[in-house]
Amino acid sequence: MKQFQYLRPATQQAVLDVINKPGTKIIAGGTNLVDLMKRGVATPDKLVDINHLPLKNITITKTGLHIGALALNSVVSENDLVAKKQPLLAMALKAGASPQLRNMATVGGNMMQRTRCGYFYDTTMPCNKRVPGSGCGAYEGVNRMHAIFGGSEQCIAVHPSDMCVSLAALDAEVIIAGKKGERRLPFTEFHRLPGDHPEMDNQLTAGELIIGVEIPDNNFSKNSYYLKVRDRQSYAFALVSVAAALDIENGIIQHARLAMGGVAHKPWRLFDAERSLIGKPASEDNFKQAAQLAMQGAKGYGYNSFKLKLGPATIAEALKHAAGLV
Amino acid sequence: MEKVINLNMPSSSDGMSRIDGRLKVTGAAKYSAEYTVEGLTYGVLVGSTITNGTITSMDTKAAEHAPGVLAVVTHLNAPKVPGFQPDPSKPAPKKGPLKIFDDNKIVYNGQPIALVIADTYERALYGASLVKAQYNKEPHQTSLQESIGKGYPPHGDGLYKRGTEDAWKLAPFKVEQEYIVSTNTHNPMELHAIIARWDADDKLTVWDKTQGVKATQNDVARLFKIPVHNVQVNSKFVGGAFGSALRTWPHEVAAIVGAKVVKRPVKLVLSRADMFTSVGYRPYTWQKIAIGATADGKLTGITHEAYGQTSAYENFTEGTVRVSLNTYACPNVNTKYNLVSLNVGTPTWMRGPGEATGAFALESALDELSYDLKLDPIELRLRNYAEVDPESGKPYSSKFLNEAYQMGADHIGWKERKQEPGAVKKDGWFVGYGMGGGMFGAYRDGATVKATMMTDGRLILQTAVSDIGPGTGTAMVLIAAEKMGIPADKITFENGESDLPDAPMQGGSGTTSSVGSAVHDACAELKQKFQKLIGNGDTDNPDYVQVLKQHNLPLLEVTTKSNGGDERKNYSMNSWSVHFVRVLVNAATGVVKIDKVASVADSGHIVSPKTARSQVVGGAIGGIGMALMEESIIDHRYGRYINNNFADYHVPVNADIPQIDALFVNKPDPYINPMGAKGMAEIALIGMAAAVANAVYNASGKRVRELPITPDKVMA
Ligand SMILES: Cc1cc2nc3c(=O)[nH]c(=O)nc-3n(C[C@H](O)[C@H](O)[C@H](O)COP(=O)(O)OP(=O)(O)OC[C@H]3O[C@@H](n4cnc5c(N)ncnc54)[C@H](O)[C@@H]3O)c2cc1C
Repeated sequence: MKQFQYLRPATQQAVLDVINKPGTKIIAGGTNLVDLMKRGVATPDKLVDINHLPLKNITITKTGLHIGALALNSVVSENDLVAKKQPLLAMALKAGASPQLRNMATVGGNMMQRTRCGYFYDTTMPCNKRVPGSGCGAYEGVNRMHAIFGGSEQCIAVHPSDMCVSLAALDAEVIIAGKKGERRLPFTEFHRLPGDHPEMDNQLTAGELIIGVEIPDNNFSKNSYYLKVRDRQSYAFALVSVAAALDIENGIIQHARLAMGGVAHKPWRLFDAERSLIGKPASEDNFKQAAQLAMQGAKGYGYNSFKLKLGPATIAEALKHAAGLV
Repeated sequence: MEKVINLNMPSSSDGMSRIDGRLKVTGAAKYSAEYTVEGLTYGVLVGSTITNGTITSMDTKAAEHAPGVLAVVTHLNAPKVPGFQPDPSKPAPKKGPLKIFDDNKIVYNGQPIALVIADTYERALYGASLVKAQYNKEPHQTSLQESIGKGYPPHGDGLYKRGTEDAWKLAPFKVEQEYIVSTNTHNPMELHAIIARWDADDKLTVWDKTQGVKATQNDVARLFKIPVHNVQVNSKFVGGAFGSALRTWPHEVAAIVGAKVVKRPVKLVLSRADMFTSVGYRPYTWQKIAIGATADGKLTGITHEAYGQTSAYENFTEGTVRVSLNTYACPNVNTKYNLVSLNVGTPTWMRGPGEATGAFALESALDELSYDLKLDPIELRLRNYAEVDPESGKPYSSKFLNEAYQMGADHIGWKERKQEPGAVKKDGWFVGYGMGGGMFGAYRDGATVKATMMTDGRLILQTAVSDIGPGTGTAMVLIAAEKMGIPADKITFENGESDLPDAPMQGGSGTTSSVGSAVHDACAELKQKFQKLIGNGDTDNPDYVQVLKQHNLPLLEVTTKSNGGDERKNYSMNSWSVHFVRVLVNAATGVVKIDKVASVADSGHIVSPKTARSQVVGGAIGGIGMALMEESIIDHRYGRYINNNFADYHVPVNADIPQIDALFVNKPDPYINPMGAKGMAEIALIGMAAAVANAVYNASGKRVRELPITPDKVMA
């Protein structure tokens, strides 16, 4: 791999001072970035190590739960507060990668991980995300793992994270630090759709650092479920995954949250399907109707067309689990 | 005191542990890449990015000038490998092994076009990224499906017939179906690796991952035209191979050439991506099988056709259709075996080669037939049980497959199985049972073992055989312990070096039979030597130490070559297996979970219970991988693999594997060898994929005929 310089600025401010320079990359757990460097996909000149910054805490705030950007995926998934207040997040994290990877992976790194599209990873193949203008290998290629929502002719890659699907469902906010101070973004707006600029995965600009996420309190902890369909039982990315959270009173759904993974360039929130459930009994029929509604606008590209059928099946299944019907 | 070993305990802790187990788990076992050799340099291969054509120019300047780079070897500057050069006295062969760096022709994507050698691995890797080639691209073909019309028989007409051709057509009950086995890559945990060091112009030492140090020694001597005894090949530990190290590959030649160029030893470790293009794979194979049967389930005819993929430069053949000739009693069988030559690397034997592919089709088709006949699949097989070899008519040296059926059926709870598919549903999951059988020839080759008794009571066994992980050393020690009547911990087994006595490749499930016989015979001869010394042939177990001391001898040794007699002329020798699987199939998502496995081996006497169990468990896991997830995928537009890493090429992980029970008939074969032991490695996998597919059908009513059985194929 290309030679690079390793920096470890002492403070968050010092980090912000260096990361806006071109060719500079933050390294957290390194589980994604180092792979990309080995394959020649990422070729930074400078690596800025942030692992020592005090961004690991998981704390209760006035309105919700705050999780630092450097909290490890394994730690978050085992944390008592998370288990009590946001079990959906813990379930999603445990469905991701392997215990070894989760022991290294951070919340910020997980959000920023890049697609697993094989054409993105192979530097001899066309990929607009890696080299804008070079074409999309997947569009007419082996696109079994690829998007059915929100794709463009430029890119049909998916965001591979499980954790992010649950955070999108739970109305989390992303807390970002930059030279000019902090800003907050709704989680659902953090990742982008590819459009004509698939090289941009999200709204983070050069020089910004994710410092944490915050999940507002809710009534979903009793009835939430993360269902991931994959080619093997562990250590595989989702073909389709669904984060489902319900607030049920006397058998009637008061609030619903639904998001899908493995289907789009970003965690795919299903607002219409959520709305369709409100005020209705938590029944298999209603879940199936919501699942059908959720699939509006979905498009298959050949190898991945099975997702048009697997998608609604998984949504209905996840909702049944969340409602305790299974 | 004699200990009763219960072989059929689900997780037997009985039996001796692996003699090298501690070395392996503590990291003390040294694999080929781990040797420290003075002046070592590091090589990294650069692969072609086109799939067919020629290299028109290469730019190696940047790489040559990169820090630490010592040489960039390409076809433009590589010293010629003598063995690659045409022999003017003979007509040039049409096909043959890839001649690395010999010319500018590209016949598959990822074909090595350069070797970058540097003083560190990282610098070599960086240098490799700087090598650029210009190509003249020609059209390529990597899809077997698209070129099946270009299939050709590798030898003769590729046809076989017994009885009447296509007799199945006249039967009242018939099944005719197509089956596909996808490309599987061996992917042993240990990457292929070699350290090559020239000790003189005509003298070479290599530390190399190989399943046969003697074969590698001969190949290398022939290729570089140096005396065989001047080539030393060491392969003390091998971290799995499954067939991928059964031949000498281009990267081994590259390292040896590279060491010549830089005049220093070169270490070359393949990357995981290289493993997909450099050391073979189980070839993608399309099969069509037709079976006819009478109403009471007697087979009347089998027609079996297979098209397997091979490279553009070599014919790789395997026994795919053989299963239909010799597994069941059937009067009429005809087969056709064709190859399809594609722009891919050459495939090679992968655990259960050919038979595993063929058995997926045969054992699936029989299962389909059993539903048409409304007959239990075991009963169908029993009604066509071969009492003698259906092909040669010879009696079997031993066969207890009917007992294996019974053991497995009892163990899995076969009586819970419903003949009606989709009949059992529990918590949103269909439950189903399936079975599939395997068969593989039981071999015995010549092998030589040196046995030395020392005055401290230690017995040293020496032979060149590789031990790729099945527990060969452990089995050899147990054979010697029994023969000599001494404790196993007094015995040392030395192997994996080419200056040790001759032994065959570790392959084809033949090692325990071949080398074990030589250990047995060497021990017998050594014992006789002792008995002669004391002048008493009746002393069963002489006090070896005492005898050596009395005769003032530092040691007593024998070197014994052991060959079988002509038993093989009179008997058909085979191992059998049957696998039973219970699966759960998610009704909504098509996810398949293996719930329980019972694999039964009829492989003669079990020499080493603990490692035998591991063999069967490992084979079952390999079979589950083949059935549910393993598939090396090429994007045919580019001819490149797109999932050449362990995140995307799925092998089973712990979460996929339930308790697997390994069961053994454990009855000695009276003819094959002195131990009565038959091979086990291949049959542990053959038939497993069909057992899984058959269970999926029984559970869900969904018949998947194209491996792997991923959720999309089950839910659709
Ligand atoms: C084999 C394999 C299987 C996997 N399977 C799954 C799976 O099933 N599901 C799943 O969800 N994930 C999976 N993963 C991905 C894993 O979750 C990510 O690799 C991990 O979360 C990345 O975190 P990290 O801290 O190691 O990030 P790094 O590799 O350190 O960084 C990744 C990116 O994030 C940037 N970055 C890191 N921290 C910050 C920050 N605070 N602010 C701004 N930018 C930042 C880095 O610059 C880099 O670009 C898998 C990974 C592997 C290797």
